[in-house]
Amino acid sequence: MSEKKKKAGVKEISPIDVYKLLPKTNCKECGEENCMAFATKIVNREVNIDQCAPLKKPENAKAYAQLKELLKPPVKEVVVGAGEKARRLGGKLVMYRHEFTYTNPTAIAIDVTDEMTDEELAARIKKTENFSYEYIGYTLKLDMIAVRCTSGEPEKFKAAVKKVAEKTTLPLILCTLNANVAEAGLMAAPKAKPLLYAATMANWKDMAELALMYGCPLVVSAPNDLNSLVSLAKTLMAYGVGNLVLDPGTFANEGLADTLNNFTMLRRAACKGGEELAGFPLMGVPMAAWVDKGEIADEVMKWREANLASMLIVRYADVLVMHGDDGWSLLPNAVLRQNIYTDPRKPVAVEPGLKEFGTPDENSPVLFTTNFALTYYTVASDIESSKTNAYLIVVETEGSAVDSGVAGRKLTAEKVAEAIKETGIENKVKHRKIIIPGKASRISGEIEELSGWKVQVGPRDSSEIPKYIIDKWQP
Amino acid sequence: MADKKKKAEEGGINFNPDLLDLLAKFQEVELEDFELEVKDLELWLESGALPRQLVPQMKAAGALKGKPVELLKAQFMPPIETYPGKIVEVKLGGTKSDGGSRGKSVVIGGETSPPFYTFERPVTHPPVVTLDVFDMALPLSKAVKMHVKEVIGDPAAWAKLAVEKFGADMVTVHLISVDPLLKDATPKDAVKTVEEVLQAVDVPLVIGGCGDPIKDEAVFAEITETFAGERFLISSLTQDMNVERCAKFVKKNGHVALSFTPMDLNLARELNRRLYDFMGKEDIIMDLTTAALGYGLDYAFTNMERARLAGLMGDVELAHPMSSGTTNAWAAREAWLKMSPEWEPRELRGPLWEVTTALTLLLAGVDLFMMMHPAAVKTLKEVTKQLVSGKKADASKFADWVSVKP
Repeated sequence: MSEKKKKAGVKEISPIDVYKLLPKTNCKECGEENCMAFATKIVNREVNIDQCAPLKKPENAKAYAQLKELLKPPVKEVVVGAGEKARRLGGKLVMYRHEFTYTNPTAIAIDVTDEMTDEELAARIKKTENFSYEYIGYTLKLDMIAVRCTSGEPEKFKAAVKKVAEKTTLPLILCTLNANVAEAGLMAAPKAKPLLYAATMANWKDMAELALMYGCPLVVSAPNDLNSLVSLAKTLMAYGVGNLVLDPGTFANEGLADTLNNFTMLRRAACKGGEELAGFPLMGVPMAAWVDKGEIADEVMKWREANLASMLIVRYADVLVMHGDDGWSLLPNAVLRQNIYTDPRKPVAVEPGLKEFGTPDENSPVLFTTNFALTYYTVASDIESSKTNAYLIVVETEGSAVDSGVAGRKLTAEKVAEAIKETGIENKVKHRKIIIPGKASRISGEIEELSGWKVQVGPRDSSEIPKYIIDKWQP
Repeated sequence: MADKKKKAEEGGINFNPDLLDLLAKFQEVELEDFELEVKDLELWLESGALPRQLVPQMKAAGALKGKPVELLKAQFMPPIETYPGKIVEVKLGGTKSDGGSRGKSVVIGGETSPPFYTFERPVTHPPVVTLDVFDMALPLSKAVKMHVKEVIGDPAAWAKLAVEKFGADMVTVHLISVDPLLKDATPKDAVKTVEEVLQAVDVPLVIGGCGDPIKDEAVFAEITETFAGERFLISSLTQDMNVERCAKFVKKNGHVALSFTPMDLNLARELNRRLYDFMGKEDIIMDLTTAALGYGLDYAFTNMERARLAGLMGDVELAHPMSSGTTNAWAAREAWLKMSPEWEPRELRGPLWEVTTALTLLLAGVDLFMMMHPAAVKTLKEVTKQLVSGKKADASKFADWVSVKP
């Protein structure tokens, strides 16, 4: 906690700080007009300093190292896995979302055990890999497989890891507190660079050796004991194991306050206090809720596990291990993670204007929606999937959805009338009828008045648009 | 369990037995005592006793490089801060001594640290939940409808159900029937509805309008005057209303204003400033707009988190308790739509959508949740209770997750 260790927060770095260390050649090799423009983009994390060719010349080695240090995120970036699907954890620049875009969305791992049959293993891995949800132009996926040793036997674990590694290219987490078992597992996937779980007060030396030998990142676990956690981190760093992930423990029910406090304190110490020993990715284990399962129904456990995961996604977890693999319990968190990791500076909006679906003609229906990306993509995919020929006017609502746009006066009759004019739709269709979203029914009269078009109030949800057009549309 | 079912039947409500039984079990588990199993101890000892045969060459090499042989001790200093600002405390619900009829009042706000930073200082007033009650039939998702279908159209019975069965701290009476585009019910009709609800329950009430600025003004004027002293939360005052008149009748009759703005902190400050001319800070709660998970929750979250941090840092115009229309979670189609089998059942997905929205905003600093689904309400209340319980984690069995066989 010494002052010396304090790093500048991302907010405090100015383009001038970066510019001073650049070669100042204005060579444009990086694609920017000059070094100052490049420095600004560096500070905004839009480009990487490695794109500056002169900086990599031997004479600039010192400046390069200084820049690397200056720009080093307060939370270290740790890579898990090898090859294309290797996953980066952490690398966080800030504590609060509004300060800067969060990097590296929380990785979600689903567990398997070394006592599962081949069929069970294959099915669970396949289900994890096939998890896929299309959402505003993104595909939401799961990220990792956590192989747990429940048998306690090195040979069984080895065999299981081998099978899993053959079946998937997803990065692995090998879970056992027994170093013999861990070693057996690593031997089955010697080049896979799995995340090794975990070094504890009892086994840290052996786990450190394994991490060094196999070049894999290592989780440090000290349940609800931050002094032990940072002591282990300090020791392991001195041991030469630099790629650490911290696990302060995840506790359901009565331990919930401690859980959130530990995650929050660690992240604050790293981002606001420059505490190097806290500056590693954090692991949450919503799966720990299952330890208390007893006779409780699986659905309750999945529900509770999902609740833990949500809170940990919001409160700084960089990787989560989960047991419930049902779509209903995972989907809300997959969406939450996407939401939390978007750029807070940009409203998620699409270009306003006229979009055509299928091959619309002069008799085709005209609809409108807002330019909030989610509204637009939802409406667009509903029209597209039904193969309806239609025109869709995207009204500029500053990224508001229909209901909040109407409530907040971002979606007004004036804007709709203006959009009808500006898009030139009047030259494309013979009729003068517009289908408006059901949630904009409040402004239907005004739209008719201002635009001179006849308004048909459409369905409240766009999934009903295709049916609505079949039943109700007549040019 | 048989008892519960019976009670539910007597109440005239058909619960989905699966879900509510599920949630009933939540409580039972919390009460279970923890037992340390001998197996756990063995696991720790075993791994501690291993080092010898393990990679001896590496050990030797390591010793040469000066690898630590003992733990290097470090201390974690809890990063505790103090804040110049404090969130104002707002009291809802007037009891006899206030000239009202409520059994008890609810106080929210008063926080002096970011949400649930209990390592810093305890939570002053835990967040509370107000359940939605509508004064006429309206389209509801299947997952919600199955819990309330017997009381739709009867706001008093609905309110009773919300308090007695679903554990609501407060009830929101949504006067949607006054909407000129719906039934265009009169302010007098609205008064009658509110009177019925007041008779049925003794918790503080939120009075919700229809969203039409002119009609809401007329309705709120009538209600605030008729029920002076009840200290309702009037939901809501917006920029396009006659702010001066509304603020005056809210203040004069001892109620609280919900200052509603569309996701813009500058607009929120501006509306609050306008209200300060007519009422005290302790009479204002703010609603910064809640968007559903997947439909802009990120903006809502960041907006609220910023507002709360700003309030603590001394921005008095944002140092008000926050209310969230968490029911908006149901605007997300994923909350109610029948989807392909891998995402079913929607009876669980829907309320979980609402819970996820609520938990996210809980951590942003929301003090008052306006909610819909009983299971979501139950979960949020339990999580809140756990967070402020002051109880410690049981660290000894955490490591069991590695070897547990669920």
